[in-house]
Amino acid sequence: MTGTLGKDLLGLESLTGDQIRLILDTAEPFKEISERAIKKVPALRGSTIVNLFFENSTRTRISFEFAEKRLSADTVNVSASGSSVSKGETLVDTARNLEAMRIDMVVIRHSASGAAQFLAERIQSNVINAGDGTHEHPTQGLLDILTLRDRFGDLKGRRICICGDILHSRVARSNIWGLNKLGAEVAVCGPRSLLPNAIDEFGVKIFDRVEEAIEWAEALNVLRLQFERMTAGYIPSAREYNRVFGITRERLDRAPGDILILHPGPMNRGVEIDSDVADGPHSVILAQVTNGVAVRMAVLYLLAGGKPELAEAAKGGSGRGREDRE
Amino acid sequence: MKPILLKGGTLVDPSQGLNGVGDVLIADGVIKGLGGTIAGPKEVDVIDCAGLIVSPGFIDVHCHLREPGREDVETIATGARAAAAGGFTAVCAMPNTDPVTDNQAAVGFIVRQAQRAESARVYPIGAISVGQEGKALAEFGEMVGAGAVAVSDDGKPVASAQLMRTALEYARTFKIPVIDHCEEPTLSVGGSMNEGIVSAQLGLKGIPAEAEEIMVIRDILLARLTGGHVHLAHMSTKGSVELIRWGKERGIRVTAEVCPHHLSLTEESVRGYNTNAKMNPPLRTAKDVEALRVGVKDGTIDLIATDHAPHHYDEKEREFADAPNGIVGLETALAVIVTNLVETGHLTFSDLVDRMACGPARIFGLPGGSLKRGAAADVTVFDPKARWKVDASRFVSKGRNSPYDGMTLVGRAACTIVAGSVVYRSGIPARGREKVNRTRG
Amino acid sequence: MATKTTTVLDARAVERTLKRMSVEIVELNHGTDDLIIVGIQRRGVQLADRLVKMIEGGEGVTVPQGSLDITLYRDDLQTVGPRPVVGPTYLPWDLEGKHIVIVDDVLYTGRTVRAALDELADFGRPGSISLAVLIDRGGRELPIHADVVGKKIEVGPDERVDVLVAELDERTEVVIVPKSAA
Repeated sequence: MTGTLGKDLLGLESLTGDQIRLILDTAEPFKEISERAIKKVPALRGSTIVNLFFENSTRTRISFEFAEKRLSADTVNVSASGSSVSKGETLVDTARNLEAMRIDMVVIRHSASGAAQFLAERIQSNVINAGDGTHEHPTQGLLDILTLRDRFGDLKGRRICICGDILHSRVARSNIWGLNKLGAEVAVCGPRSLLPNAIDEFGVKIFDRVEEAIEWAEALNVLRLQFERMTAGYIPSAREYNRVFGITRERLDRAPGDILILHPGPMNRGVEIDSDVADGPHSVILAQVTNGVAVRMAVLYLLAGGKPELAEAAKGGSGRGREDRE
Repeated sequence: MKPILLKGGTLVDPSQGLNGVGDVLIADGVIKGLGGTIAGPKEVDVIDCAGLIVSPGFIDVHCHLREPGREDVETIATGARAAAAGGFTAVCAMPNTDPVTDNQAAVGFIVRQAQRAESARVYPIGAISVGQEGKALAEFGEMVGAGAVAVSDDGKPVASAQLMRTALEYARTFKIPVIDHCEEPTLSVGGSMNEGIVSAQLGLKGIPAEAEEIMVIRDILLARLTGGHVHLAHMSTKGSVELIRWGKERGIRVTAEVCPHHLSLTEESVRGYNTNAKMNPPLRTAKDVEALRVGVKDGTIDLIATDHAPHHYDEKEREFADAPNGIVGLETALAVIVTNLVETGHLTFSDLVDRMACGPARIFGLPGGSLKRGAAADVTVFDPKARWKVDASRFVSKGRNSPYDGMTLVGRAACTIVAGSVVYRSGIPARGREKVNRTRG
Repeated sequence: MATKTTTVLDARAVERTLKRMSVEIVELNHGTDDLIIVGIQRRGVQLADRLVKMIEGGEGVTVPQGSLDITLYRDDLQTVGPRPVVGPTYLPWDLEGKHIVIVDDVLYTGRTVRAALDELADFGRPGSISLAVLIDRGGRELPIHADVVGKKIEVGPDERVDVLVAELDERTEVVIVPKSAA
């Protein structure tokens, strides 16, 4: 198994199935590191990583930070408040300043779609997209897929339905592309006001009723309902959303077979998902969190030093004859 | 002023059904002789036009010259020179300046700045509403008196149907068109590109075609109600073409324009978050482009206008959703049309000249648009075969924001003559109109 | 200059050598109490496998067997280009006071063993760590020696020693090949 990711991880749309498998396979041994007494390996010793968060995200930032620290990288967190970013500095100036400080990698979360690509095109450091606007959130997609693979093995032909606000969800896009590339059958379910108008061109099944989705699917990835969508008038109320689209115990009880429940978090209990589902036997939500660290370690490991000019030189360097790498 | 003899060019002037080789003699600011072989007086500047097309001067009824307010981005002088370099002998300046061109004094300022520029003519367009706020009607009469040729709140739609109705009625007295930027604002809010598969994939909020079409049919119906002349700016969708066709078939006074970019590019250009493919209305789909091409051929769309919208380079160097709308177009319009419509067989050169010169003059009631003897000598000479690579860094305009940068296009202005003076020639902008130069020695 | 492949040990010779090594390992650690055999990924794991079975045959005791992937501890990780594949590490025991025997196929520069020692230190504080290798080819770049050696051979810098094991390579054999050979 050989392969490279290139300089950046911007999304799953641009990856091949083999590249996605490479990340998932690499994540496997990294799971064990988090089980050790000393949860740290020296793989990225001396690397400097900036976590550039223009949007608040405790969960993703902590997961990345753990991943970076367990690989012994030096990390700096920059958040929009308390930096020159809040003083109106443009993204391009921020990028140039980071570059001048000779950092190795940037993990960026930004409210604008395309922000990660914008940064990646302007700096030499590796860029990892930790969520750009309503575009992609590739490491979330990867950890969801890893969690599904842990349970299902091969994902070919497996039926997975993403439920909720597909229109504004970067998690949904990354999941759809990633799962499609691994041969899974993907469906979406949600109010039509929260589905892109062009959803039928994404190569997914569409369910208008969550009951139909539950009957069809082997796993549901339940997206968080962002409350600002209600003020913008996409749906009438959280209460009605739960009544019509909520993943409830009663609805799951009518599932014809086993069904896994994923949620990228943070959850609105009693809105898109009921507590007894989130905490119940179908839920793999905490496994997702654990896998998140392993997947991010894998991505950091694979991108670090993955400079194209070194790629050719090192081809065939694995497997037989370890002497070569001594 | 020395007379000019344009020698041996192909004369294309649909206003008098002209299409053939012949000479043109220009003297005293007007066309003195036309067709056949003209000997000319002793003292004459002869310009060899063999292999070139000689046509009535192009008129762009839709551009943003940014002065007053954003002189760092474009001025009336740089805009007029950019126009001349693109083969335009006249342009109409939209009123969304700072302050808004919504009164007699502001219109007068543009007229004076245009005279000082000594290049392509610049006709001001006044605002429909005071401050373009969509509330109180601006003083059309005063503005027309000062030189305004039309009214528009371009950049913004006229959201209120009542205001649009009143504007169409009131403009009748002055026989000027009311230009609308068709965009239903509650449908388009937050959108930064066409709504479709590309916007869904890129995670960008889209603007549906219907946001334009709803306003197109509203304006057509209001024109029917009022008998006013509505001119629809920068049409971008197939549906709009169909609605305009519907209106024209019923004798409603609706005219429309389309921009070169909507005739040549699609939403695919946005991929990679290319801010130079961001404009409003947005680039649409291949189906829309095809319908617009058919519409501009059959006359449903009356004319081609650039919507020239310069921006400072670093304003476009940012996150897509936050980047400003618009591209520069004066210096690429001719080549984009030749390359994408003439070379592909959609339009003849005669059609091109009609949509870029005769049509604008006819619809906006402007001088020019014809090479008839005695007409003002606003003439464009262009090379229909010239292949050139667009280099935005060499634009005469201050703006560099062009999606065509780096592309190889066909067709280029060779000589632009305004009121009998050469204002642009073969790659180097001329100094200005000759008579003014002469008075300065 | 070597131009062709030379067989150093055939399958039967490898078997004999490992048998002797298994006896030496038990001797060195005064029996099998608290003994843990740890193979280094990849071929050290298969050799450790066989050693554990041989000890079982001789002593009637199944010694715990772990595996170690040292990739993340390599000192050249920042310079090798595309990331080497990381294999599993399996050491689910408390190592405090245990006698660890690291098993690898070839001892050359000593850098792999250095990495293995660093990694083991992150798992705890064993009573002792010793090293067993099938082939010692010389050429050390670090002060490291093997406690149990299958065979010592002289190999030029332009040659490479390949240990093949049937589990991965369809046959068991130790060969010297010219370095230019793939």
